[in-house]
Amino acid sequence: MRQPVWKTYKLYIGGKFPRTESGRYEAVRDSDGSLVANVSRASRKDFRNAVVSARAAFPAWSGATAYLRGQILYRAAEMLEGRAAQFAEELEQQGLDAAAARRDVVRAADLLVGYAGWTDKYQALFGTVNPVAGPHFCFSTPEPTGVVGVLTPRRAGLSPFIEAIAPVIAGGNTCVALAPFEASLAAISFAEVLHTSDLPGGVVNILTGQRAELLPHVAAHMDVNALALWDASPDERRQTEEMGAANLKRCFFPQLGVGEMVETNPALLMNFQEIKTTWHPVGS
Amino acid sequence: MNASTELVLHSSTTDTAFKSLRYPAPVIDEVGVAERVARFRSRSIKAASKRAAIDLAMRMIDLTTLEGKDTPGKVRQLCAKALQPGPGAPPVAAVCVYSNMVSVARAALEGSGIHVAAVATSFPSGMSSLKVRLEEVRWAVGEGADEIDMVISRGRFLAGEDNVIFDEVAQVKEACGPAHLKVILETGELQTLDAVRRASEIAMDAGADFIKTSTGKVSPAATMDVTYVMLCAIRDFFERTGRMVGMKPAGGIRDTKTAIAYLVMLKETLGPAWLTPDLFRFGASSLANDLLMQIVKEQTKAYQSPLYFSED
Repeated sequence: MRQPVWKTYKLYIGGKFPRTESGRYEAVRDSDGSLVANVSRASRKDFRNAVVSARAAFPAWSGATAYLRGQILYRAAEMLEGRAAQFAEELEQQGLDAAAARRDVVRAADLLVGYAGWTDKYQALFGTVNPVAGPHFCFSTPEPTGVVGVLTPRRAGLSPFIEAIAPVIAGGNTCVALAPFEASLAAISFAEVLHTSDLPGGVVNILTGQRAELLPHVAAHMDVNALALWDASPDERRQTEEMGAANLKRCFFPQLGVGEMVETNPALLMNFQEIKTTWHPVGS
Repeated sequence: MNASTELVLHSSTTDTAFKSLRYPAPVIDEVGVAERVARFRSRSIKAASKRAAIDLAMRMIDLTTLEGKDTPGKVRQLCAKALQPGPGAPPVAAVCVYSNMVSVARAALEGSGIHVAAVATSFPSGMSSLKVRLEEVRWAVGEGADEIDMVISRGRFLAGEDNVIFDEVAQVKEACGPAHLKVILETGELQTLDAVRRASEIAMDAGADFIKTSTGKVSPAATMDVTYVMLCAIRDFFERTGRMVGMKPAGGIRDTKTAIAYLVMLKETLGPAWLTPDLFRFGASSLANDLLMQIVKEQTKAYQSPLYFSED
């Protein structure tokens, strides 16, 4: 009888798949208790390295054309669709039933397509031309905030993870995403999807590990410009706001939508945008 | 150095017999060097040692600005940073500037104990007459430089004219008077580690107080491999003559982790006596900020961002 090859799910940092520097792993077991895979438990140093990669990737990604960002996100949806069976299986291994797993992967792909569409449209929707009293052309446009820490929803399924990171990168930010244990297999496999979609290394960095261990370091990191803490408890929220104050970090505490509808949310996208207003002199 | 060797070196011109007599081509095992150097990078540094190393590295920095666009204002700003790099950080060892900025730096640093180093001898290429280059050294010393960073004539060296290199270093050393002399080998142009080793020996025999890897204008600049070869040359020179020569890797050392690896290499090659700014320097500008970020990180326990540290 052949011995199966069990996979160890590594991290995704700077376009590479390193092991956690801490050498810590957690076992994923299926419903009857047998080993499915090992996933990495990222340390604060892994997080620090991921921020360095995200910062390095920011100038090129924020400077890329909206059209290109849309193409890459769309490409990710294509790649995901092509590997839907694998993702559904991984979601089943982490507790979803077969039908729910299939629906979740479809929803994840549709969310990517939706945000791919937003990449070159939100500027027109949220940018404004401002009437001013004087010979100036005055306009306000959104620009990406920078490096965003995303602590994704503690839910099974790939689509909650996508729901958390897609609006961040669609808007030209780079991110470090912490996937919950419940979705760790699909999240790291999704890194392979991103990796084969021409997404530049470092734009999305994916860690798996424990939120309680990493949250203080995300909240306090001076080079993280914004933070999205999904499904936050009141204690987590207070801790994050206190620690994030040191560099005036933008902190958001979104809740997951209900149901399985495909709803892209441009308000989420705008959380991670700064409004720049330009006064341009014009002739009288 | 004994008198008879000096006589031989000065009297020879271009004959190959001289080379084979005095500087037989060393044979350096490049793979062995790379392997040894990789070990220095894998040492486990505990927290207290790391704090001490960061402090020492900061005190060893030659804070450098060598650009055609340098202004007195920029040099004064650099000097202010040299005096007080940041909260909880010690002053650096020296400020390194072009010779026409020496008087500005000297005035800004008067009484502080921070040295003023000038690059001279037609830096960075050295492609001028020896007369002009020596005159620049005397001028820089007159302006107030107490350290001179000279470049060797790499073209002449690669052409096999070791005696020319010896003579120019010896004459620059004489022109320096009381100022310390650092000899830049520009290892990025020397092609092989064997050449680095030979150039190191010639420079030390000719009177260098420090040997230095690079100008920072040529890539690759300092690497741990060439620095290791130069440290070994310093060790062998010390065993032969009893004189302690300093080492300055310059260019390309940007982060704390690399700086600490250099200090590990220094201590394990030359011993603790060399762990002083009098005998080891980092030629760097961006390293200071990375060290500062580490110091502030120790104080606040939060990872830092380069956005909050002034570039100059």
